[in-house]
Amino acid sequence: MSDKPTEKPDAGKVLLEELNGGPPSHLPLSRRIGRTLLIPALAVFSGLVLGAILIAFTSQSVYSAWSISPWEAVKAGINEVRLAYGALFAGSIGDPARILDALRSGDSLEVRRAFNPILESLTASTPYIFGSLAVALGFRSGVFNIGVEGQIFIGAIFSAFVGYAVTGLPAIIHIPLALLAGALGGAIWGFIPGWLKAKTGGHEVINTIMMNYIAFRLSDWLLSGPMKRPDSFNPVSPTIQPSAMLPRFFQSPIRFHLGFFIALATAWLVYWLLFRTRWGFDLRSVGINPRAARYAGMSIVTVTIMAMSLSGGLAGLAGANEVLGLNHNLAMAFSSGYGFDSIALALLGKNHPVGVILASLLFGTLRTGATRMQVVAQIPIDIITVLQAFILIFIAAPAIIRTIYRLRTPETEEEEGVTIRGWGGG
Amino acid sequence: MEAVLELRGITKRFPGVLANDRIDLTLNQGEIHALLGENGAGKTTLMNILYGLYAPDEGEVIVRGKPVQIEDPGDAISVGIGMVHQHFMLIPVFTVTENVMLGKESLRFGDFLDRATAAERIQDISDQYHLEVDPSCFVKDIPVGVQQRVEIVKLLYREADILILDEPTAVLTPQEANELFKIMRSLVDKGKSIIFITHKLREVLDVADRITVLRRGAVVGSTTPDKTDQDSLAEMMVGREVQLGVEKGKPKVGDVVLEVEDLLVLDDRKQLAVDDITLDVRAGEILGVAGVQGNGQTELVEVVTGLRNPLSGKIDLLGTDITHASPREITELGSAHVPEDRQQDGLVLPFSVADNLVLNTYYLPPFSEGIFLQQDAILESAEERIEQFDIRTPSALTPAGSLSGGNQQKVIVAREFSRPIKFLVASQPTRGLDVGSIEYIHKRIVAKRDEGTAVLLVSPELDEIMELSDRIAVMFRGKIMAVVPGSDATKEQIGLLMAGITPETGEVEKSKRSKSKRGSE
Repeated sequence: MSDKPTEKPDAGKVLLEELNGGPPSHLPLSRRIGRTLLIPALAVFSGLVLGAILIAFTSQSVYSAWSISPWEAVKAGINEVRLAYGALFAGSIGDPARILDALRSGDSLEVRRAFNPILESLTASTPYIFGSLAVALGFRSGVFNIGVEGQIFIGAIFSAFVGYAVTGLPAIIHIPLALLAGALGGAIWGFIPGWLKAKTGGHEVINTIMMNYIAFRLSDWLLSGPMKRPDSFNPVSPTIQPSAMLPRFFQSPIRFHLGFFIALATAWLVYWLLFRTRWGFDLRSVGINPRAARYAGMSIVTVTIMAMSLSGGLAGLAGANEVLGLNHNLAMAFSSGYGFDSIALALLGKNHPVGVILASLLFGTLRTGATRMQVVAQIPIDIITVLQAFILIFIAAPAIIRTIYRLRTPETEEEEGVTIRGWGGG
Repeated sequence: MEAVLELRGITKRFPGVLANDRIDLTLNQGEIHALLGENGAGKTTLMNILYGLYAPDEGEVIVRGKPVQIEDPGDAISVGIGMVHQHFMLIPVFTVTENVMLGKESLRFGDFLDRATAAERIQDISDQYHLEVDPSCFVKDIPVGVQQRVEIVKLLYREADILILDEPTAVLTPQEANELFKIMRSLVDKGKSIIFITHKLREVLDVADRITVLRRGAVVGSTTPDKTDQDSLAEMMVGREVQLGVEKGKPKVGDVVLEVEDLLVLDDRKQLAVDDITLDVRAGEILGVAGVQGNGQTELVEVVTGLRNPLSGKIDLLGTDITHASPREITELGSAHVPEDRQQDGLVLPFSVADNLVLNTYYLPPFSEGIFLQQDAILESAEERIEQFDIRTPSALTPAGSLSGGNQQKVIVAREFSRPIKFLVASQPTRGLDVGSIEYIHKRIVAKRDEGTAVLLVSPELDEIMELSDRIAVMFRGKIMAVVPGSDATKEQIGLLMAGITPETGEVEKSKRSKSKRGSE
């Protein structure tokens, strides 16, 4: 019975296996890390090169220079790219000269300003880490959670409510409570499509997308009614209690807060859960081979529901993090697509908690630097979106990278990763 | 005798593997030349070179005295070489004519297909070689044996006179296989030449004119059927003395372990797959279930192991009603299952050998304490079992997917057999394995029986069933045609039952059979 049509490798499955294939575990650690990072690193590099070409080709000064001579145009293009990437770097990591000056002057505000870009990048990476952990955990367990964005909103709603409505608690209790509320909100929003998939076969891709819309409109409605700040005309929730705010480590303008470290700790927890507990064994077995998992006595229904709920809970933490650490209230459309970017980041990070952190740092950095690039170099912020898209295309089609850089195809094809059962297939 | 095809010094290397090592092979006009070897011996690589799917690193191919360059299957066909693959290359919703025409369409008035002329030629070919193929049938409606003959017609239609048949009997009943052998004989009588690839010793002795044995990519010998026997062929294949046939004593039969009553089961397509089966398996005996694949054995096994819910009926294991029990509940009662498809069901291929060895016990101490996996205990137990069951793996942490098929199966056997079990379901336990592994797994199964385990063995390989079973139940279209004692069953008797022919019904069941489910798979 091995020739059933349903067992033909489906393109999506093959692609995702390719994407998520971790390194075979019998290689020495250093080589494993090298192999794992090679493709993403080359993808980022290629993305930057293509981005540079794009910057040059869309620059007005290059076209003006073209009328003088092609050589001038090339020079103008290089100049333009240098300016843009210089601003990108200064805006996201920091301007070394400025840091040195600030340290020499000893003016504490100036020092904080000089160090702000890199800390701001870490702050911007934080929701990405939570969000992409959510997606990665889903992928590892064989569910494709596209509903992270909606779960972020629900998590934010829950934690904002606990943040402002519950009063009189010490921070040591209030903060965990508000965070847990966020996780719970997201988990509920993940549980529903998880339950639908496990019990009725309703595909989670469709259902999480629909749950997103419900979450967006639910938050709009809450903010224009029940949760609206009474003294404001804007659709904003009341500010949360100071006892619910995640502590910040420095004075203004640095917004860097505890959330980043909570995200790192969460990544470690996810790693522990996936690879060191029997629940993780269940999740990964079902994710890779549900038939063998069922044969081995695991309950696909339970594991699927658990995976979606956990994934939603992690997404909820992203929302809670933004509310409790950064905005201190809930505003309409406060998440500009963190949830959707997270899908890409999970793939970029090969669904491994460490990879996911690295990918999130990359995107947080690009996002932060893009703002400065727009101000300094007049390069539209959208070019970063295009650059990110290039990177992701290269990640999604590693064959391109292998061809460009003449890499060999990995010999071991059986690599642990993720199996997404095809549409309606599972 | 004139050589139609000569391979000289064919060498093919894959990264890390020498797949073909200076192979010489001569095919004479009008002979059936069997190419015998275990899985991985290099038979398929060699044939793929001949068929233009791989380019050899060294060596030359000579067809009728002329060296030829075969770069793609088109070249192969143009020098008269045709191949019937193990998995048929047919389009089920097309008719026989359309399938045969595909790629070599006869046209008229420019671009219009001329089906009538093609059908006529197919009919001629069919008549000439006694293939009994009806050009107007849809491929999905005809049985597997006939589909195979359609593949042969395809080659003859393209005027191939060197035919390569790759494991052609794997999908056939013994009777169908005999039909095929007759056809092969009539093909060579009419001047065709055949390379017959197989790992089944008996078939080689039955039909081949000459035999070439491959081992680890190299030719280890050439012989003819009258100069050899099964034992010496097996020895050539494996490279050491092999004990064909398991030595087993009389069973010490105990109490009933598994009891199945009036079982009705639907398959995935909601068709009745198991039709009112009642059987029992006793401690210390092997009950073999024979039958052509797709006659309900898979569903029977799934129900007994908790992977599928029956429509009605009752199943008792060791006095406990397991009709609707989950796989884990059944496992915990002391049941073990070697699944039919080891890669799909039995293993999580990217997981390490160690993790696969605890796939159904990972949640129990000592492998888990609380919610935490105990890696040390898992590894330690893995090392022990790798040793004990002779699993050839670089380490316990190697992904199961990178092991050979035989070693993957050993992982499953090690996992299932090293628990204290009272009931064993072994479904095609040696599918696709080499002679050495088959011998090993058969011995283990018999050893379990002798320990007092009740064994339900399901296999479409009649030899395997006959060799191991104490009793044989033959399944045909979801029903048990008969249960016969293993000791006095004959191959012919079982083969007829497999085709649905009982002494009472005679030919009646056979006529219905052309529309049996196998045809649509």
